[in-house]
Amino acid sequence: MSGTGEAYSRRRWTWPAFAAPGLLWLILLFVIPFYAILAVAMGRLDPIFNVGEPVWNPLEWDPGIFGEVINDIFTGQLGVIFLRTVAYVAIASLLSLLVGYPVAYFVARHAGRRKILYLVLILTPFWIPYLMRMLAWVNLLEASGYVNDLLTFLGILAEPRDWLGGRSETVVMGLVYGYVPFLILPLFAALDRIDQSTIQAARDLGASPFRAFLHVTLPLSKQGILAGLVIIMLPMFGDYYTNNLMSKSPRTRMIGNEIDFFVNSNTGESRGATITVILMGVVGLLMVYYLVSVARATREAQT
Amino acid sequence: MSVDVARSPESVETPTAWRRVRTWLANPWGRPRFLTAFTWFYIIWCLIPIIIAVQFGFNDGRSRTAWQGFSLRWYFNDPDLSVWNDPSLRSALFQSLKLAAGTMLFATPLGVALAIGLARWRGRASKPANLLMLFPLVTPEIVMGVALFLVFVYLFQVVQLGTTAQILGHITFTISYVVIVVRGRLFAIGPDYEEAAMDLGASPTQALRMVLLPMLAPAIWASLAIAFAISIDDFVISYFLRGEASTETIPTRLYSGLRLAPSPALNALASILLAFSMLAITAAGLFLRRLRRREGRRGSGVEELARLDI
Repeated sequence: MSGTGEAYSRRRWTWPAFAAPGLLWLILLFVIPFYAILAVAMGRLDPIFNVGEPVWNPLEWDPGIFGEVINDIFTGQLGVIFLRTVAYVAIASLLSLLVGYPVAYFVARHAGRRKILYLVLILTPFWIPYLMRMLAWVNLLEASGYVNDLLTFLGILAEPRDWLGGRSETVVMGLVYGYVPFLILPLFAALDRIDQSTIQAARDLGASPFRAFLHVTLPLSKQGILAGLVIIMLPMFGDYYTNNLMSKSPRTRMIGNEIDFFVNSNTGESRGATITVILMGVVGLLMVYYLVSVARATREAQT
Repeated sequence: MSVDVARSPESVETPTAWRRVRTWLANPWGRPRFLTAFTWFYIIWCLIPIIIAVQFGFNDGRSRTAWQGFSLRWYFNDPDLSVWNDPSLRSALFQSLKLAAGTMLFATPLGVALAIGLARWRGRASKPANLLMLFPLVTPEIVMGVALFLVFVYLFQVVQLGTTAQILGHITFTISYVVIVVRGRLFAIGPDYEEAAMDLGASPTQALRMVLLPMLAPAIWASLAIAFAISIDDFVISYFLRGEASTETIPTRLYSGLRLAPSPALNALASILLAFSMLAITAAGLFLRRLRRREGRRGSGVEELARLDI
């Protein structure tokens, strides 16, 4: 009897023990670093060198820099950058959805026997390194590149255009190109899960294909649409590299560029950390939404 | 009689060419022709730029916009500027491989153990633990980059910015992907097998070693390959945690090179990165296919990869 009890308690502690190293790792290198952002954002500024210093005790936090940054958002240049970021992200994710939904829909519903081929083709861009994909477009968009060649050949442009010189449309195109593959997969998964017989039922009851789509397929794929949009909006909000490669101009600066600039220069770490905290505030809601929907999906998968 | 909505192009009886044109004229936007064309446009739009970029890595001249004949100049032959002979490009290649190998070797065991723990543990703390595991997947990379940068600069000062910091950072965000890959298998297998083993007198470690791990093996191999691919693709974390010039990785080197002095050697370097990434992900797909076969389901690893829901 005592043997089984011992075995039972041994089993009870086995599983947490398995999780322990990974959890410890995440606490040391994920949770604590998060706290470090706060400690630097709320820290002191060394008056002589103007260098930020972290303050680890929350009771001694100084909201001075935070106030400055907030002020800059409402009255200064930073507000424009925030609005621009929101606009770019909104337009780029909407365009991504317009491109991604038909593709995911086609592969999930109509690819037939060639489904595997199509899946390989939509998975490939997902795993092509992001920087390589940006390099490809920088090559194409250069003054003497293929895009200008093509457009002047077709007579759409009279002379080559400077695509990489600070154009919003180039940056948004870069974002769409960069992130669509990440949207298509969750969309595909959601559309693929829909039971064919529900659509069949709608059609049998006299719905036109379009109405069946509107009233059955679309609502059933709503979860996938929202999750997919969130999963591409999160990195877009912090993107600085797409924008720096597609345009070297301050006219297209985004929040990510501000963070990159301040953190990677030696003088602005506390300001950079503060903007990061504010960015987290903006995207925090999206993150929570995604985690809740993932948790629900996992529960459903388990039962 | 029901209407077959899910008809694929193949299942339609082959009409005469004229009837095909007529139905198309009657409804040019009807499925699935428009969708087929749209999908192909998307695929071409996605892949043609990459093919062109790879092609220019083999250009004989300095141009990245005009084709001047095939050569391996930018890979090996050029004495100063090729990937092999430019020290900054060559070191970027080795740095990327080093980080990917290190990440793969540490993140996989940590992730597999975490996945097993989280899937079987039913304690009160298991829910927050699960949430903690999911957070790195949704945190914008720039936030993780800043966080790790600050923590290495101000708190864990033993770790200098550079290779060690980069590997630690890569492991941190790769663990969760490994968990996702392995956890799916664990749910599918269910707890019955190892419980049966333990009821028959196996210790938990024996049950794990002799029952669970062999069943998980293909998933573990797949997550090794996926960890490699994720690490070698990473830009932001490597960028924030880089130290001296020798710790530039391929992606960070591409970034600085594109902004300062682009040359076809960058295309060559990017193509090498692409090759490693594709190799790793193909390997992952093959392992996942073996797993599907073993579970008695037909189909390919591709479908498994597409459904990972990362």
